[in-house]
Amino acid sequence: MSPIFYILAALTLAGGLAAILLKPLVHCALATTVAFAGLALLYLQLDAQFAGFVQILVYIGAVAILIVFAILLTRGSETPKEGVYSYAWGLGLVIAAAVFAVLAWAVVHSAGALPRQAAPPAVAVRDIGFALVGRYVLPLEIAGLLLTVATIGAVIIAMHEKGGAK
Amino acid sequence: MLFAIGLAGALTRRNAILVLIGIELMLNAANLNLIAFWRFGPHPEALTGMMFAIFSIAVAAAEAAVGLGLVISIYRHANTADLDRMNRMKG
Repeated sequence: MSPIFYILAALTLAGGLAAILLKPLVHCALATTVAFAGLALLYLQLDAQFAGFVQILVYIGAVAILIVFAILLTRGSETPKEGVYSYAWGLGLVIAAAVFAVLAWAVVHSAGALPRQAAPPAVAVRDIGFALVGRYVLPLEIAGLLLTVATIGAVIIAMHEKGGAK
Repeated sequence: MLFAIGLAGALTRRNAILVLIGIELMLNAANLNLIAFWRFGPHPEALTGMMFAIFSIAVAAAEAAVGLGLVISIYRHANTADLDRMNRMKG
């Protein structure tokens, strides 16, 4: 584990924490973008260049913009007076802590189970393309269909105007 | 850790958009796990983990689009994005 990994992991975790803890929604969206960027850099550091660039394109380019637009359209930039946490936040925190404890226990007890091999796999984008249209052609088609259906569905859901709505 | 943060966010915030951000963080944590196990696993040349992560990103993008569309629709309907006040199923 190189120091770069720790720096990037710290950046990602800080982004995630800020996304959850900050009060104004726009700041949360920005912090989420920081977390996504940190993850993309982590992918690049893990020799997964294609996944890293896909992460940058999809998450930073599309999902972050989508979140910002949703905040805009729902007037979420106003901080509510009665606090930003739901009434059951204690229960949620307990559940999250429990899940984290289980995951940490599993990780700590399985350390060393994997063979540590240092040789980076030489994967070209060409190989990924051939695998996508070769062995994984059916999942690729299904993913394309799903994206089409989801886009049309999201447009229809968001387009539906009530009679007196503004 | 990132997964736990996302879960905490999904469960503790009032605003629906923050809950969606929490879900996205959880999905990203799962993707990072897939990539890491692909990289340090026994057969990195098989590309399975990488493919899984890429399809997972695609599905997550679709989920984000539909989720935010739903939030906007509910906001138009109920005039709030506050989950605690969305307690009616009546139209």
